[in-house]
Amino acid sequence: MEIVVASGKGGTGKTTVATSLAMVASEQNTIRFLDCDVEAPNARLFLDPELDTVKEVGILIPNVDDDTCTYCGKCAEVCQFHAIAVIGKKTLVFPELCHGCGSCTLVCPENAITEELDVMGVLESGNAIKNIDFAQGVMNIGEPMAVPIIRELKRWAPAKASAIEIRDSPPGASCPVVETIRGADFALLVTEPTPFGLHDLKQVVEITKEFEMPTGVVINRDGIGNNAVEAYCEEVGIPIMMRIPMERRIAEAIASGKPLLKAAPEYQKDFENMLGNIITEVGA
Amino acid sequence: MKIAISISGNTINDPFDPRFGRTSTFCIIDTESEEWETYENPAFSASGGAGVQASQIIAEKGAEAIISGAFGPKAFDTLSAAKIEMYTASGNEGFAAQDVLEMFKNGQLPKTESASHGGHHGGGR
Amino acid sequence: MKQLIVLSGKGGTGKTSVTAAFAHLASEGKYANQFIMADADVDAANLELVLQPQRIEEEEFRGGQVALIDQETCVSCGDCQNICRFDAIDYTDGAYIVDPIACDGCAACVYQCATNSITMHEQVVGKFYVSEGRYGTLYHANLFPGQDNSGKLVTLVKQRARLQALDEERKLVIVDGPPGIGCPVISATSGADLALIIAEPTVSGVHDMHRVLETVQHFGVSALVCTNKADIYPEGTKEIEDFCIDSGIPFIGRIPFDLTVASAMVEGEAVTAFDSEAPASIAIRDIWSRVLDSLLEGEA
Repeated sequence: MEIVVASGKGGTGKTTVATSLAMVASEQNTIRFLDCDVEAPNARLFLDPELDTVKEVGILIPNVDDDTCTYCGKCAEVCQFHAIAVIGKKTLVFPELCHGCGSCTLVCPENAITEELDVMGVLESGNAIKNIDFAQGVMNIGEPMAVPIIRELKRWAPAKASAIEIRDSPPGASCPVVETIRGADFALLVTEPTPFGLHDLKQVVEITKEFEMPTGVVINRDGIGNNAVEAYCEEVGIPIMMRIPMERRIAEAIASGKPLLKAAPEYQKDFENMLGNIITEVGA
Repeated sequence: MKIAISISGNTINDPFDPRFGRTSTFCIIDTESEEWETYENPAFSASGGAGVQASQIIAEKGAEAIISGAFGPKAFDTLSAAKIEMYTASGNEGFAAQDVLEMFKNGQLPKTESASHGGHHGGGR
Repeated sequence: MKQLIVLSGKGGTGKTSVTAAFAHLASEGKYANQFIMADADVDAANLELVLQPQRIEEEEFRGGQVALIDQETCVSCGDCQNICRFDAIDYTDGAYIVDPIACDGCAACVYQCATNSITMHEQVVGKFYVSEGRYGTLYHANLFPGQDNSGKLVTLVKQRARLQALDEERKLVIVDGPPGIGCPVISATSGADLALIIAEPTVSGVHDMHRVLETVQHFGVSALVCTNKADIYPEGTKEIEDFCIDSGIPFIGRIPFDLTVASAMVEGEAVTAFDSEAPASIAIRDIWSRVLDSLLEGEA
């Protein structure tokens, strides 16, 4: 079973909820944890894995052999991203525009194109506390595209087959978030009860609706802002699975890298109940 | 010689557009006969690689020089490969294509010898 | 004309609240009517919620294309599914269909299809707006959930804001940036004169600040750093300040943890307008004056 923790708005507590849920779940099951926020991967700071396996990932980009190339221009013609240009007796490849689709390689009548890996980041995995099987993607600085790294992370084998997989999503509602959510069984959306939180929550709900995915909401920093998030959840029929009140001591603990359940063990029960409810919901 | 100018509009009297890859139109002028034609820039709405695509278009139309506001690294490489000379003019002065052409003829426009900026104005992959 | 971009790396550090306060402060100072706002966080465009402007212009934004298989001519050979590297072609109920969300728009399948049954179709992926609000003009956009191409939409928002600033000889464009370090951030940062990084002194925030700083430096933009919720983890604040001193990056202020910021957000107001004496407001005013000093240095 795969549970994705997303939020829309950044900084609402996705990683806090995802890592706490993983810790609670690991008491009963084998857990695989994927940090899919490859632009800003932070779950490691709370789960403290020993990262012992590393793999470079990226996309396959074309390499044109000048000796066999006849400059027919077919590759440039099919490339939707203008990553190949044929000008006179020259074929120029622009790796930063390439999406790695392989179309140029397929159409080249001379088989003059071979492909090589353009490294965009790394995947790392290892055992974390409570025997959580942990893996994360880390995007290289200056790299524009996160999706290929997330896609590879989801496919990656070293993390053993587990009863429950928990994915920590990037913020926002664009393609990296969609790639993270795709294929999951349940979406847990963490928000805060403010106009920004609500606005961005709605964006992610659009995605989970599109996937017809069972969805629940966690209200973090409960007590600040207003009750518009509750009203919205009621209106669209999304259950509020848990509330974490605004407490300075919690904020301070998380700021220092302490897991929520260590700083506030009284939430253990709430997380257990929430996990039970999610399992029931997915099983149903 | 045939010279291309990035413009917004469809005549030689329309404003000069300093964007190269994302300009709406290129005006291509034959400096001997003074005849000109305009071509829509298909890269105007490309999702990425506009500079490369725009370079290919003006190369196909036989331009030997281009006047725009700036050239990114990919446009620079492509235009260089096509042996098209690059000149820049200021986009903040309200020039028409005709004005820019006169400045070119008077030798007032600087020739570009390397990419003007780091590129990546969106799109990308 | 100068462009300021507000960034953070980590989401939720208070970029938009600070940017909204900057808009308020700019409207009161000597730059009143001299600046334009742009919200480059097209994924979660929240500046509008604070500035509450009236939309005066609206355009559809067309993004990438997606493939569509004509079921009349498709012979179900499955070649398209084999060559697609984006897992975008599903086989369901005896037919191959394209998942438009997964489709990358590469058109590789179009060229490989033996029966020419696949065509590409452009999609409307978002909306672009120009609005007039209490603090002046705001350029913003909304990328529909799950869409690609946010970099291009970010570029459009910034470019239009910049063009108006140039046309009207305004001095400043203030850009609210997206979180992360990827394509939208790169697009938002390109062409900026100065980046203000709002770091959160948490272990996550410090980690992400390093990554976003490296990114802006990679693209040759100079940066200033301030902290938000500065007092929540003093060790983190100190780490950020020490790092800035060591690497020669100006550290220009600490915004304290202050629930007034959330209250102002609920009321749809900039925190500096909502309660000008709140601790956060006082700190943001000071930061704003330092940003202006740094940005408009040497200008009349």
